[in-house]
Amino acid sequence: MSFNIYKVNEELRDFMPPEILELEEKATWGNPKRGVMDLPYAKELLEEHSLCAGCPESDAFRYILASLPNPEDTIIVNSTGCTSLVFPHIALHTVHSLFGNQNAVASGIKRVLEYRFPNKVKDVVVLAGDGATVDIGLDCTLQSFFRQEKITTICYDNEVYANTGGQESGLTVKGHVFKMAPKGKQWDKVPMWQLAIDSGCHYVVRMTVSSPRRVEQAVKKAIYVAREVGPTYIHLYTPCILEIGRNSDEGLEEMKLGDKERFAFFEYMTPQAEEVIKRKKEEGLI
Amino acid sequence: MGNNGVYSGVNKSGQKIVSPDYLLFEAPREKVFMTGSEAVKEAVRRASVDASVSYPITPQSEAAHLIGELWVEGYVGVYFRGESEFGVMSEVAGCSMAGARIITTTSGPGTLRAMENFPMWAGSRLPIQLVLMARGVNSPLSIQPDNLEISFLLDTGVMIWHAENAQELFDMILAGFVVAEKTDVHVPIITAIDGFFISHTRESIMIPPEDIALPPYNPYMSPTPIIDAEIAPGRYIKDPFVMKSNYISYATHASWQWEVRAAIERSRPYAKHYLRGLVEEYGDPEAELVFVASGTAASQAKEATRLLLDEGIKAKVVKVKSIRPFPHQELLEATKTAKYIIVPEFNIIGWLEREVRAAFYGKSNATIIGTPRVAGGMTMPPEIIYRDALKVLGKEVSYVL
Repeated sequence: MSFNIYKVNEELRDFMPPEILELEEKATWGNPKRGVMDLPYAKELLEEHSLCAGCPESDAFRYILASLPNPEDTIIVNSTGCTSLVFPHIALHTVHSLFGNQNAVASGIKRVLEYRFPNKVKDVVVLAGDGATVDIGLDCTLQSFFRQEKITTICYDNEVYANTGGQESGLTVKGHVFKMAPKGKQWDKVPMWQLAIDSGCHYVVRMTVSSPRRVEQAVKKAIYVAREVGPTYIHLYTPCILEIGRNSDEGLEEMKLGDKERFAFFEYMTPQAEEVIKRKKEEGLI
Repeated sequence: MGNNGVYSGVNKSGQKIVSPDYLLFEAPREKVFMTGSEAVKEAVRRASVDASVSYPITPQSEAAHLIGELWVEGYVGVYFRGESEFGVMSEVAGCSMAGARIITTTSGPGTLRAMENFPMWAGSRLPIQLVLMARGVNSPLSIQPDNLEISFLLDTGVMIWHAENAQELFDMILAGFVVAEKTDVHVPIITAIDGFFISHTRESIMIPPEDIALPPYNPYMSPTPIIDAEIAPGRYIKDPFVMKSNYISYATHASWQWEVRAAIERSRPYAKHYLRGLVEEYGDPEAELVFVASGTAASQAKEATRLLLDEGIKAKVVKVKSIRPFPHQELLEATKTAKYIIVPEFNIIGWLEREVRAAFYGKSNATIIGTPRVAGGMTMPPEIIYRDALKVLGKEVSYVL
């Protein structure tokens, strides 16, 4: 575990900004039982954020970062989009390289870390939007599943290219009018969770981020399974309240509606994944 | 290991670690007869390589297969086939970010498929080595030798060296890691050859023993943080200023682009040492007729100087080994007696001629002629270069082609 890298050099302590000192003193390190219940008390690994007011993606970031079982040895790979604006705010090792290549970059990182540190657990987690995961990056996403890369892929599905101004994506629902679909989208939403299952993921979940505890459970299960078995996939509905004409305080309501219909909680696991999850539950880690 | 000049111990493959100077210049060498692709394998075997990712495309596939064999033999730590060149170049980026010494290979359309990655490699300061076995760029479909694709890479922020033959490729691959990984350089290195002519033909080359190898890469000498969660993360800032529309953001981007180019410039003294000069001169030192060429065009130009000598015409060849950085000063120095500079090339657009013209503008009175231009897999017999040189000199062409 690499918590030491967050320890502040004594000679520089007087000059360090308070949020950096808090990271050392108040963040939860070295405790796999950390979770969303720490949020009111612990220093978060996200220092502010640059998303719109009330953006559900910011909730997702906070819950996911609070739930990582091994943050001191977790690498986060992201892609271009709204999410990429957040990465400089994250206290962990994060990578942005191109739009759509996140699962390829993550594959290289994971394999080399396993080679360089055979006796350490280093988790690699991909966090990217629906455009990055399913449209421009679908090839790299699925190929990493086919290759059984031991990484967790989390897709923030807001059903639109939000950062570029609201264009139709592959995850937009049929008929919805967005830019570049001025007559309404002509084809169905891509069932990415099903593609993930068919492509070899061992744990797949589709959900909204309306329930912090449920996000925590999914993140922990996905990371533990990826560590031991193979690729895992989390599909989160994080609506773009701006692009669907909601107010900044209506994100949660929108997700709760989603819970009842298109994003009803759905979970899949292979027998190997089930075995890992059962064991981790017995160990009190999930 | 590192910069303290002390080299001892063994690498992960059990080979004795020696200094780059010893491996490149001092170790005893044995003559072998092999293809350029096999020379890649033997260089990688001696380079303490951590990882490689491959993808099939002619003519580089064999080199990529052979690196896979090294993985089986235990000389390479990580090896797999990626999904496409775009994916592969992103996978090797990930490998490099995580602290690996990494090599990959590609050709022609693969280079263009991968293109978006190269400026990203440079901007991320990743010392990835790409062995480029140049071939025609579609369309129509061609797999034949042609180095047009090098022109697309010139401004991506990577170092580019162009080897004339398998021997030079072998030495450049080893030197490439050493120079690219210097802390004050730390940018990608593309070691290019003309496909088929070098990759698929056998020649005698001299190689050092296989039980010695380069010092392993020390990722903690990188000027930017390695993504392995072993050192403090490089970014934890309240305002992601590089993605904002303000003058601090613009200035940051501009200065980083300058810095990448400056890093390439800082490779000059190292490259000069490990390549024994950025240019190589062949022929009459005082010649008024000078060929400036790179890759296999340099070999053909050398042959042409012999034909010209039969006619009593003195000529010389200045071979450009490093395309990025471009050896302006060395070229001016090596051509100071030139009245005519002829640039023969294995591509239709004449990218080397453009480079030479830009370098010489206002600094040389020599007449620069870009000829011959051979493309699409055609060969460049020395007689064509000889004929064009005679035409430039206004002499009768008596040689029957």
